[in-house]
This record gives sequence, C-alpha cells and structure tokens, in this order.
Amino acid sequence: MKIAVQADPFDLGVELAGFGAGRADVGAVVSFTGIVRDDTGAMDALELEHYPGMTERAIAKIVEQAVERWSLADVIVIHRHGRLGIGEQIMMVATAARHRAAAFEAAEFLMDYLKSRAPFWKKEHGPEGTSWVAAKDADEDALKRW
Amino acid sequence: MVEVLYFAWVRERIGLPREKVETSAATVAELVEELKAREPRYEAAFADLSALRVALDQDLAEFDAPIEGVREVAFFPPMTGG
Repeated sequence: MKIAVQADPFDLGVELAGFGAGRADVGAVVSFTGIVRDDTGAMDALELEHYPGMTERAIAKIVEQAVERWSLADVIVIHRHGRLGIGEQIMMVATAARHRAAAFEAAEFLMDYLKSRAPFWKKEHGPEGTSWVAAKDADEDALKRW
Repeated sequence: MVEVLYFAWVRERIGLPREKVETSAATVAELVEELKAREPRYEAAFADLSALRVALDQDLAEFDAPIEGVREVAFFPPMTGG
C-alpha cells in the first residue's frame, strides 16, 4: 500500500515495477495516470493547492474503502501538488486484485472519490491571468454510482 | 480558541491562510456569522455557503455541525483533484 502527496514528479515505471508481483492471489493490475491538459490553448500551467494533513487522511480513507470492497491485494495513490506544466503527470492510481473487473472498478472508484473528496484545488495559469477550476456537477454525480 | 484555515479562493478573498479565532459559536454556521460580521472580505468569502465546504479536524462536515472541542475548522470550495 502506498499513498504519497508530493510536489516532485514520479516515475510510472519505477512505481509499477514489482507492483502486485510474486503473489498467488493477484491476477490483475490496473493503473491510471492523470496528465495536465490544455482545453483552451491558453494555459501555461496548472497549480494544485492542497490541505496538508487532511489530504493524506482523506486519501487513506478512500483507499481503505476500496481495499475492503474489492478485496484488493495492493494499491498505489500518488498525487502531486504545486505548479505543473502541460503534459506533466498530476497523479496516478494502481490497483492489484484477483480479477480484472475488481481492479478496473476499484481504480475508477478511487479516481471518482479522489476528484471530489480529497482536498485539492486546481488553478489555471494563462497569459490573461489565473482562474480557479470550478467543480463539475458531473463529478459529484459520478459518486452516486458507487 | 479555534484554528481557522482557508483554502483556494476563500484564502485569496479573506487574504490569509489561517488564523486563531476566539469564538463562542456552537456550530459552524454560527462561526461563519461571527466571521461575516467582522469585515467585508469575510462577508464576501462567505456570501454563498452552497459554494463552500467545511472540514472539522480534517474531516468533511456540515454547516450545522457543532464545533465544541474542535481544534481546526477549514473552509474551502468544492474540491477539484484527480
């Protein structure tokens, strides 16, 4: 189990090397990586603010739920904060389970909850100034399916 | 005495990240009313509570929650992680 909230970049290859390996009860590993994109063509960078202490605590609770519900063998959640350029990795989630359906579902559950229950706030930096990214109703609705 | 923290645009609107507040409020909503009465910048930050979330000792809570015994109250907009 690994939960990390960090400013530094992470190496997906290093994180996934050996993840879920060497265990007879792991038949599936799923990983998701979030990357900074620019929808408007007018963004220079994305800044992520978070609530140190609560962030780790909130992620741990979400991970605990996923582990219990899908009987996960292992989980990785890494979420970055600070100023990130377009194309940089923001975060990653990996799940290891007995079967692929559980690994996929648990990864989606983790993503849906991290989006609206972990205390991070995105701010876009562009030539015209900065603006806070507003939460979408769709993100809140996404939680209802769980 | 309670430690009050502000994040994202709430922090920007109020102009500071945290402060100690002497309060006699029984609930989060009462604390908000006390803060709003202080200065226009607080009034502006707390104008629309439906646009805000609150955490008590680092757990999400409701605005009608009691704050007795709480050490840390944080106000922020809906989260946008992931």
